[in-house]
Amino acid sequence: MDEGGPDVTAFGDALRYLNDPFNWTRSGGILDLLLEHLAISAAAVLLAAVLAIPGGVLLGRSTRGAGAIVVLSNVSRAVPTLALLTVFAVTPIGFSDTATVLALAVFAFPPMLTNTFVGFREVDRDVREAARAMGMSHGQLLARVEFPLALPLVMTGVRTAGVQVVATATLAALVGGGGLGRIINLGFGQQDLGQILAGALIVAALALLTELVLVTLSWAVTPGPRRLPFARVHRGTAAGQPEPAAAGIPL
Amino acid sequence: MAFLGVHPLAGAAGTPGTGLLAADEAPNPWFDPSYVTGNWDTIVGYLGQHIRLTVAAVALGALIALPLALLARRGRWLSGSVLGLSSVVYTIPSLAMFAFLAPFTGPLSATTVLVGLTLYTLVILVRNFLAGLQGVPADVREAARGMGYGPARLFLRVDLPLALPTFMAGLRIATVSTVALVTVGVITGNGGLGQLIVGGFNSNFYRAEIVTGAVGCVLLALVADVLLAGLERLLTPWTRAVRT
Repeated sequence: MDEGGPDVTAFGDALRYLNDPFNWTRSGGILDLLLEHLAISAAAVLLAAVLAIPGGVLLGRSTRGAGAIVVLSNVSRAVPTLALLTVFAVTPIGFSDTATVLALAVFAFPPMLTNTFVGFREVDRDVREAARAMGMSHGQLLARVEFPLALPLVMTGVRTAGVQVVATATLAALVGGGGLGRIINLGFGQQDLGQILAGALIVAALALLTELVLVTLSWAVTPGPRRLPFARVHRGTAAGQPEPAAAGIPL
Repeated sequence: MAFLGVHPLAGAAGTPGTGLLAADEAPNPWFDPSYVTGNWDTIVGYLGQHIRLTVAAVALGALIALPLALLARRGRWLSGSVLGLSSVVYTIPSLAMFAFLAPFTGPLSATTVLVGLTLYTLVILVRNFLAGLQGVPADVREAARGMGYGPARLFLRVDLPLALPTFMAGLRIATVSTVALVTVGVITGNGGLGQLIVGGFNSNFYRAEIVTGAVGCVLLALVADVLLAGLERLLTPWTRAVRT
């Protein structure tokens, strides 16, 4: 240990770990784990989106469901991701990427459902009525009026869920799953501070990058006058409202 | 009957004489009351750690968040940068957060978990405290200032009561998500009930232990939420008539 203390040594080790091409390219290396991580995350988000977005549309257009959604989004905050990952891993599915995908999909579900619900619920009643008076059919109303108006919030849901899933997928490594969490888990197992820090840097960078990509994506697909991404200032919602879960839960 | 909680595969309960069973044959129930009674002390120990970490993280987070929110309220630029920074912190996955802290606070220390959790609660609370303070009508504050209220009295008598519902909402969200997050502390060996979850997984997928830990976390979160909701009702008697 040099005079710089343990932190400096750890940073040096982390840089050395990250700077070694073999750590990236070997089988089971960073690139392999990254691909696995992204595949798991994408599958989980897609699976959840297929169920949550139509569900949110249906509930948002009907007059019921607000209470159930508030309960769902509150309860989902109380369930530890680690618990769900573990429980899925000990079902007959076994610990595999399938179990991880299913557990993560369960967590991606509430933010997308809530945001889609709020997005469709908050479409102006007058706008809806005007569209109907113009002779729009049910399908046209949905596709040309409600969906574009709800899209910003739908995309917020997708972004929240995406970032959350990419972040939570690291926890799968604690219970025998794959993905980038393995680097951190292995580092803790070996008490190797350099590897721990290297894993942390990779995982944090991936999470921030995912956020960046999804914010840009939702900015690109949102119609109408575009507000610049990253310039939004969140205002808290009133207590008791289904908060649009922009911040979601910590991961 | 032999107690099998710690070594679930040492033999099947109630079937003496059959000797050691293969992992697939041994009964592995989802919930086992005898596991809970037999390991009561262990469970309560982890529960205590879970509660201590949660309370400490939320309390520390609130202590740091309040001055930050008061500072951030002073300008658009300040509040923008506080919120921007907080969303960056928020995006960092918990496992990575603990990993970042490990070289400084020790990879096996509870301090690592506490500091990480405090950072997350801080982020939630700053947002909510700021939203609460910004929700106080400017003319109300001006009227109070016109009546001669100083900064301290203005905060205690005007800002705090009016922002209290939002403050409490923030505390509830922070507490519930912290209870869930403590489990990730298992990476340092200080995960509260998370120790049971991962411990059961490592003891040959012993379901009773896993489910006990998981259900314990959810129950703890719900109890904490109900307690804070009760506290909110006690502290804000004037909102009761408005609430439906």
